[in-house]
Amino acid sequence: MGRYRNLTVLLLVIFAQLLLLAYQVKTSQDVRLVRVWAVTAVTPLARFIEGVRLGTTNLLEQYVLLRHQGEENRRLKGELGRLKMESQRLRSELETADRLRVLSEFQPRTPSRTLAARVIGTGTGASSKVVFVDRGSSSGVMKGMAVVTPDGIVGKIIAAYPTASQVLLVTDPSFAAGVISQKHRVHGTLKGRGYGACLVDYIQNEQLVESGEWFYTSGDDGVFPKGLPVGTVTSSRPGDTFKQIYVTPTGPQRGLEEVLVVLEPVHQPIPNGQPAATGIYVLPPPRPEPAEAGLAAGGVEAQRAPGTDADRLREQYKAIGAAQGHTYGAGAPGAKPPDFNYRPSPPAAPPANAAGAAPKP
Amino acid sequence: MTELSDRILSGRPRGPRSPRFPWWGLLVVPLGAILFQVYVPLWVQFLAYLELPLLVTVYLALLRPSPVGGMFTGAAIGLLQDSLSHQPLGIFGIVKTLVGYFAASVGMRFEVDHAVVRFVLGFFFFVFHQLFYWVLARALLGEQVTFQVQQTFFVGLLNAAVAVPLFHVLDKLKERP
Repeated sequence: MGRYRNLTVLLLVIFAQLLLLAYQVKTSQDVRLVRVWAVTAVTPLARFIEGVRLGTTNLLEQYVLLRHQGEENRRLKGELGRLKMESQRLRSELETADRLRVLSEFQPRTPSRTLAARVIGTGTGASSKVVFVDRGSSSGVMKGMAVVTPDGIVGKIIAAYPTASQVLLVTDPSFAAGVISQKHRVHGTLKGRGYGACLVDYIQNEQLVESGEWFYTSGDDGVFPKGLPVGTVTSSRPGDTFKQIYVTPTGPQRGLEEVLVVLEPVHQPIPNGQPAATGIYVLPPPRPEPAEAGLAAGGVEAQRAPGTDADRLREQYKAIGAAQGHTYGAGAPGAKPPDFNYRPSPPAAPPANAAGAAPKP
Repeated sequence: MTELSDRILSGRPRGPRSPRFPWWGLLVVPLGAILFQVYVPLWVQFLAYLELPLLVTVYLALLRPSPVGGMFTGAAIGLLQDSLSHQPLGIFGIVKTLVGYFAASVGMRFEVDHAVVRFVLGFFFFVFHQLFYWVLARALLGEQVTFQVQQTFFVGLLNAAVAVPLFHVLDKLKERP
């Protein structure tokens, strides 16, 4: 009898949860109250732990620094250790500052109004591609808003709670966004796959999309404004019905610590060139040195000057052959070769002012 | 029969003098497991493979004197996990309800304090959890998720290996009446 009682209770509990699931799926409505309770209970704790972690790290750093300063007899070793730690800390701070600088530079550059947010947790479940950010409805964040970094799109807000919001990442299998290719302006739908690259679906096999081509948001989905970078095509091949195009999303590539929530999206045109590199400075090509510039005075001749050692040797042999009237490959086997030790005189430099120079009497 | 099998089949000694898990632990431990899953993988991504809420469900259910108690423990932890995921409430709830029920049933019949038994239970319930989650996600939500057998096997072993010391640590929280 007891066994049936247990089984009955089990079936009742499962049935109740099935009803709850069916209600949510059928009406597409969430049981918001339960989620608000859970998120409100957990996110402050996550914030607290993050605060404790940062505080402890700082305290430990300061403790070690003070300890090093106090050990006068091991001053040099201590100094080295301190400098190493200092360097490490500064590097870390520099990276953080760099990320924040990129964000702050990106914010005024984009026409959309954005809000900076920090990632404070991940969703539950090993395959979950969801993160929590520390900005919620009290900061103006609403469900359906886009989340981006200067490198590209990251995801969208799927739930906004008072103190935090839940972001569905581009890599989640349930994520979808309208995209357009840069070069051929082909429209498609970006879909997450749970890992790695995303799939761009609904592009006909006849349409042209090349590897390495950039995809941007098309603005068709009502979430992402048009013109945000999405990623580059890593693979494009014909499929059964539609092309199989895989795109590596660039938004989350540098890790997710700080992101921007797009509060008021504004559409932008699709840029023609590659999206501006935000964190990497590329040097312009070096200017020619004065000596090289002097040699290059001959203009076209200078551009044709040999580049490698082999080229220079070839030119040298050519000059030796020409000076001795020898044509390479023309002589019979056993014929006398040219004297390779012969040094042909360098061509006389043209006079600086040949036209005006008069012979001395 | 060997001494180990005798010990396993003898069932758990229960009585008024057997140590009990404190009431506050029933709140703090599951909340800590959920918090771990929400927060720690941010810094150590590898740890996202640890299903601590599941291991805690198994542990607490093994302690319950009846399957109904284990079932409600699993349901509560599962629903809390659901509420922090992006899926409709109930998927983790149903899976962990079943895990709690079966774990409590096992705990009533067998001696489950032995490390080997705990390892096997940790592995078995992890695979059961992942398989059932996959079935429900496909059948009820229509999600095109794939069940990766090899990954589940290895991650199951990892979780089982973690379960043994974790259960040992949680044993230390027990109070003698």
